[in-house]
Amino acid sequence: MALIAGLLAQGLQMALVLLLAPLLTGFVRKIRARLQRRLGPPVLQPYRDLYRLLRKEAVLAENASWLFRVTPYLVFAVTWVAASLVPTFASGLIFSWTADLIAIIALLGSARFFLALAGLDIGTSFGGIGSSREVMIASVAEPAMLLIVFSLALVAGSTQLSNVAEFMASPEVGLRVSLGLALIALIMVGIAENGRIPIDNPATHLELTMVHEAMVLEYSGRHLAMIELAASMKLLLYLSLLACLFVPWGLATEGASISAYAVGLSSYIGKLAGGGVLLAIFELAVAKMRVFRVPEFLGAALMLGLLGTLLLFLSRGL
Amino acid sequence: MYPVIVILWSVAALFCTAVLAVGIARRPTASTIVYGTSLVAASIALAAAFAHFGDASPASLALPLGLPWLGAHFRLDALSALFLAVVNLGGAGASLYALGYGAHEPLPGRVLPFFPAFLGGMNLVVLADDAFTFLLCWEFMSLTSWALVMAHHRIAQNRQAGYVYLVMAGFGTLALLLAFGMLAGNDGAYGFAAMRQSVHTPLVNTLVLALVLIGVGSKAGIVPLHAWLPLAHPAAPSHVSALMSGVMTKVAVYAFIRFAFDLLGGSDWWQSMTVLVFGGATAVLGVLYALMQHDLKRLLAYHTVENIGIIYIGLGLALAFQANGMNAAAALALTAALFHVINHSLFKSLLFFGAGAVLTSTGERDMERLGGLIRRMPYTSFAFLVGCVAISALPPLNGFASEWLTFQAILQSPELPQWGLKLIVPAVGGVLALSAALAAACFVKAFGITFLGRPRSPAAEEACDVDRFSLTAMFGLAGLCLLAGILPGVVIDALAPATLSMVGERMPEQIGVAWLSIVPVAESRSSYNGLLVFLFVAFSASLAVFVIHRFASRELRRAPAWDCGFPEPSTRTQYTAGGFAQPIRRVFGTLVFQSSERIEMPPPGDLRPARLQVQLRDLIWDVLYMPLAGFVNAAASWLDRFQFLTIRRYLGLVFLTLVSLLMMLAVWL
Repeated sequence: MALIAGLLAQGLQMALVLLLAPLLTGFVRKIRARLQRRLGPPVLQPYRDLYRLLRKEAVLAENASWLFRVTPYLVFAVTWVAASLVPTFASGLIFSWTADLIAIIALLGSARFFLALAGLDIGTSFGGIGSSREVMIASVAEPAMLLIVFSLALVAGSTQLSNVAEFMASPEVGLRVSLGLALIALIMVGIAENGRIPIDNPATHLELTMVHEAMVLEYSGRHLAMIELAASMKLLLYLSLLACLFVPWGLATEGASISAYAVGLSSYIGKLAGGGVLLAIFELAVAKMRVFRVPEFLGAALMLGLLGTLLLFLSRGL
Repeated sequence: MYPVIVILWSVAALFCTAVLAVGIARRPTASTIVYGTSLVAASIALAAAFAHFGDASPASLALPLGLPWLGAHFRLDALSALFLAVVNLGGAGASLYALGYGAHEPLPGRVLPFFPAFLGGMNLVVLADDAFTFLLCWEFMSLTSWALVMAHHRIAQNRQAGYVYLVMAGFGTLALLLAFGMLAGNDGAYGFAAMRQSVHTPLVNTLVLALVLIGVGSKAGIVPLHAWLPLAHPAAPSHVSALMSGVMTKVAVYAFIRFAFDLLGGSDWWQSMTVLVFGGATAVLGVLYALMQHDLKRLLAYHTVENIGIIYIGLGLALAFQANGMNAAAALALTAALFHVINHSLFKSLLFFGAGAVLTSTGERDMERLGGLIRRMPYTSFAFLVGCVAISALPPLNGFASEWLTFQAILQSPELPQWGLKLIVPAVGGVLALSAALAAACFVKAFGITFLGRPRSPAAEEACDVDRFSLTAMFGLAGLCLLAGILPGVVIDALAPATLSMVGERMPEQIGVAWLSIVPVAESRSSYNGLLVFLFVAFSASLAVFVIHRFASRELRRAPAWDCGFPEPSTRTQYTAGGFAQPIRRVFGTLVFQSSERIEMPPPGDLRPARLQVQLRDLIWDVLYMPLAGFVNAAASWLDRFQFLTIRRYLGLVFLTLVSLLMMLAVWL
């Protein structure tokens, strides 16, 4: 019985991240539009876009290889698995020990690896520009992320996200310098990883300023739908990560009652909405950077992560 | 007992094959005979090494060879068994691959005799149990591999590579000779058993470790002693490159572990810090150099340098934990290093085989002249892709499992009491993460430019897949990469005897953990399940494909590439290897390579083409090797004066030497 309940909770989380992700994207777009005094597309527009793309035929470049066709599904699957392993409404779900935070970061790395390859597959210059910039950004963002993971793991004594989240919710955390540094660094990395302003612009159609969009330029139809969905899930993943690490209140624990799960779920949706609003405000407040300023931005995140880890090596109390 | 004898017999068979190969090299069947015998001998030795895995007690054997009355001592313990497995697995793979690849060899007489001899030499290094046998086999291994590097000696570049390799190998052996001299002490106990027993003063301990780091590092490719490696490894035929990069560097790692953990029995914390610093520098510099290459085989060779750095980070952590009596953590770090040894031997051999296949079918190693091979060589490109994913440390393949363990070992290190280590370990962790991320960038470039895109030369356009032997070898290794990645617990348990014998502790048994997860310390701290990750990804991807194709749309139309409406038919508009790495060069290159770009833009109306020149400096060559070479040259020309003296002056010199020696003796006594 417990096993079935556990599987149900895990299944619910998988369905939740899949279904909520486009809503979050639409919500952020809507808030941005409202802040710009535009009406903006409806919040449900991303679902309509996905539905439309899924039903269309896929147009494939003449020389596209099998890798190009496999990549969207692979990227989608890997991102989905990674997003389902981050605690959303409850910690300690039945498969939560499958991959710890390091493995989740590496899974996202796998998705990016294949996407960057797909950008090179057709042999167009835009694909190349996107891939080349994406791996440059990743080569600074990933170590920064891992250093943040180190800080968190040293504070909580675990790299298991569920355990870290439970520790963060407990009163023994207290205020720590290293956690503050990790929070700032994680936000910076999250912005870069999701290709948001000021690193990249998800809504751009100016070729020379785009990174992610240039990489997936040749995709259409169902393939593009998979990639868009994966990108939405990645944004959701980072917001869930921030939520479960730094605002873990309301998170249901292992084997909790139905009502606790309901509280967890509603607080999770509240946290996502809050995160979305903050993201939209931040995006409006800054201007897009030149590509070669990005390493400096991420280098700062790297240094913050390193500083946090170093402080923890010197004293566990910091 | 039996495994030692079986392995020594297989080595004997390899040496006989080598001798036989000298005679039959010109015959058309020679390559089949030589590589077939090597394959059988290596497989038998591999089976024998596996047979010893479960056996905790070391088996020794003395043969009446070598120095008179002393003989040659061989010993098979858990560590040697592990490395013999690595050597012979790599050897068997290379032999199988060469059954097909070797047929294209233009000069079989320069490859066939040395290949089995090289393989046999590596086996003997790992088995040797006294200083004389060890050094003899070590030098034999160096010389046979040198001969293989010089196989295509008509290319001036290869001759230079061979020369640099020979100098570095000689230098390394000299350092090891001195290390053995210090270990043996005054009574000249040259057996490993006696060295293990004797107690060394801290000074001797430090000097030996420094000499070993130099001697072994020059073979493994520790920065700054790596200079020969990216020249020599690509120069050899590809199956030999695989053996040199995938296996011979591991023999060097074996020698380091044997010295540092076994013969010296541990070290001080600051010595382990040195190892960590060198490991970290090697990892990040190796991958940055690799990113700047456009020769596929050279890129792979530079990447070996990075992986050696990762292994040394694990070893340095193990030494640091051991110096502080934290044996469980030391076992974790050592397991991570050994796991990476196995992994690297698998995927680096695989990648060199792939590069060899590309070389056979296109005649090109330069990535700027390749491209689009995924359509012409589907099988090779699939195997190469698996190798790329594995080496980039991406789950669920094996490279990730060993790097994950290294990260877990780093997370144990705040318990270390020394401030120096507390400051250096987080930095090393950051460096490790950086090199992992750069490795992924490097292999996006390697695979993307070589196999994807449109063909950049007629040779790439007409490529076709290689023979079955080569493909079998590549797919075998790719399968092992996947297996080791989804079942890391099995590998960790297999490494337990080796860590137990080296640091006196082993990692907790993994095979009993539910769902075949790996749990390095405790489930509350960390766990990872490669199998489930693999199954989840496979399941979700299949589900997505099924649902979309069943319920949405499965129509497909082929059309010209979109490219924002401006497709350009010329293949030269594609990204090149140099162009792909340009952003990373701009970020890291100004510091590491002192890179500078010069743009020559002719004024309007001038018909000369515009040029962009990039200059990269190898600081290690410029700062370390060039002054050294200059000094040696100056010293040689100074000594030259003594070459043409009159007989009277020579007699005078002899007399002077004699007198000064006698004086020294008199003062000393």
